[in-house]
Amino acid sequence: MATFAGLYALMALGLNLIWGMAGMINLGLVGFFAVGAYVSALATRKLGAPIPLGVAAAFLIAAVAGVLMALITARLRGDYLAIITLGFSEVVRLTASNEIWLTNGTDGISGIPGPWRGRVTPETFNVISLVIVAAVVAIVLAVMQRVRHSPYGRVLRAMRDDDQVASVAGKHVAGFKVEAFALSAGILGVAGALYAHYTSFIAPDMFTPLISIYVVLALTAGGTGNNWGAVAGGALVVFFMESTRFATGWLPQLEPVQVAAVRELLIGASLILVLRFRPSGLLPERIVRVEPESPLPRT
Amino acid sequence: MAGTVLAVPAIGFSAIYGVLRFPNFALASHLTIGAFAGYVANSGLGLPAVASVVVAFVVAGVAGVVSDEVVLKPLRRAGPLTTAIAAIALTIVLENVIRFVFGNTLRGYDLPIRRDWQVAGVRIGPQQVQNLVVAVAAMVAVFAFLARTRTGKAMRAVADSPTLASIKGIDVDRVARLVNFVGMGLAGVGGMLIGLDTSIDPLTGFRVILSVFAAAVVGGLGSIPGAVAGALGIGIAEELSLLWLAPAYRTAVGFLAILLMLSLRPRGLLGERAY
Repeated sequence: MATFAGLYALMALGLNLIWGMAGMINLGLVGFFAVGAYVSALATRKLGAPIPLGVAAAFLIAAVAGVLMALITARLRGDYLAIITLGFSEVVRLTASNEIWLTNGTDGISGIPGPWRGRVTPETFNVISLVIVAAVVAIVLAVMQRVRHSPYGRVLRAMRDDDQVASVAGKHVAGFKVEAFALSAGILGVAGALYAHYTSFIAPDMFTPLISIYVVLALTAGGTGNNWGAVAGGALVVFFMESTRFATGWLPQLEPVQVAAVRELLIGASLILVLRFRPSGLLPERIVRVEPESPLPRT
Repeated sequence: MAGTVLAVPAIGFSAIYGVLRFPNFALASHLTIGAFAGYVANSGLGLPAVASVVVAFVVAGVAGVVSDEVVLKPLRRAGPLTTAIAAIALTIVLENVIRFVFGNTLRGYDLPIRRDWQVAGVRIGPQQVQNLVVAVAAMVAVFAFLARTRTGKAMRAVADSPTLASIKGIDVDRVARLVNFVGMGLAGVGGMLIGLDTSIDPLTGFRVILSVFAAAVVGGLGSIPGAVAGALGIGIAEELSLLWLAPAYRTAVGFLAILLMLSLRPRGLLGERAY
């Protein structure tokens, strides 16, 4: 469970880069996640590459997909961008289902190697995976915090708040948008690769738009714009999902499909409630105030 | 002609955009609500097809008004993006309510199967002809309503400028409720028409929402005749795509159409006017 919290935290960090900091909504998150998962799975399973190489490939290919997406959606307004990015993730899923020669179609890819899987007990494997995911989250978090406090982070936030002004100030807005998309997509791809190696089986139907909504909920509830908020949100969402599993144990007369429906319903409802009542989330973005140096002596 | 079934929900979508100025993606779930309401009316209560369609319209329309009042209206001042995300979350909530009650199994209406007609060597399903007739009738009705009646004029006024309209004494909230009722009601009718042609399940609305949005965008968001033209265009494009792509990629056609249209001619074919 904690490993999944880490994966969601990772995805929320990716979303924070593109939405929290750069102000562009991306509901096609699960599409990049899926691309990363498939690339790494295929690289390690069919080409026999070692796992770190698979993960690196996942990052690169997902980032390329992010560049593509940024280029084709360059002119779209926020709410249109939402549905288009959602459509993109659906197209990814359809491609995975249909291009059987590449992805095995709906049968999925099984037997994906995991770090030291089979050579240690399942419990040890889980611990190893948790440590790896936690390490990746820590690295990405550190990088994101550096970005946030860097001039690059300021450009992104300027673009978010008003991209015309940023453009007038001489910033190459279009280039930065593409870069932000690519980096964010790459992070999501890494999360996908880690997921594939952890669970050893992936199939197209796992990558539903609902997962993107989970990540949006994680970031919104945790605090859009705040990297720690992203991590907190990831943990919150997984905790929430696990607790709904417990709660439905108290309602034994429900069928499995109804239980699943209740869970999804609660996720959707929670997102609406957070948007309505606490849109800044648990850990709101801290606006750093910079006092300009006054040339005049203080009297 | 699969495009005909997109026309009615596309009219609803365009109308809501025209007056409220935001693309309401929750249309997907109201389409499903209408489909299931019609199902309950038809298979559950034994009502004939026409009466069931009316039930679908009313139930989906009421659901639209309620969901807008409770969920979307308070969020409108937070901006179109937040509203769009909330609309998608709302769709998930409503879809799962339906899934909770009806489960995931495909259901069909309790109506006699009709043979396809043969016209000059081309097979036409009578259901598709009926869909086209309903779509054209809906278009004419909404068009006439907007152009001729006082309430229609009020709606056009709100679409142009809500502030000025309210200065003139038009109750903007009432107009919003009315357009939600009609728009979502049409979505519900569309859902039932899809169900009459094939079958229904909780994901019926979600599957077509991209194509419905594409139809409305291609025709010109806010334009009623545009929605019908766009729907036929998207339908033809989807059928033609079968020459090159596997059938599963049909949704990709809608996706591409939206991209192309918004990049090259954001106003759509017939422009952004409600009449």
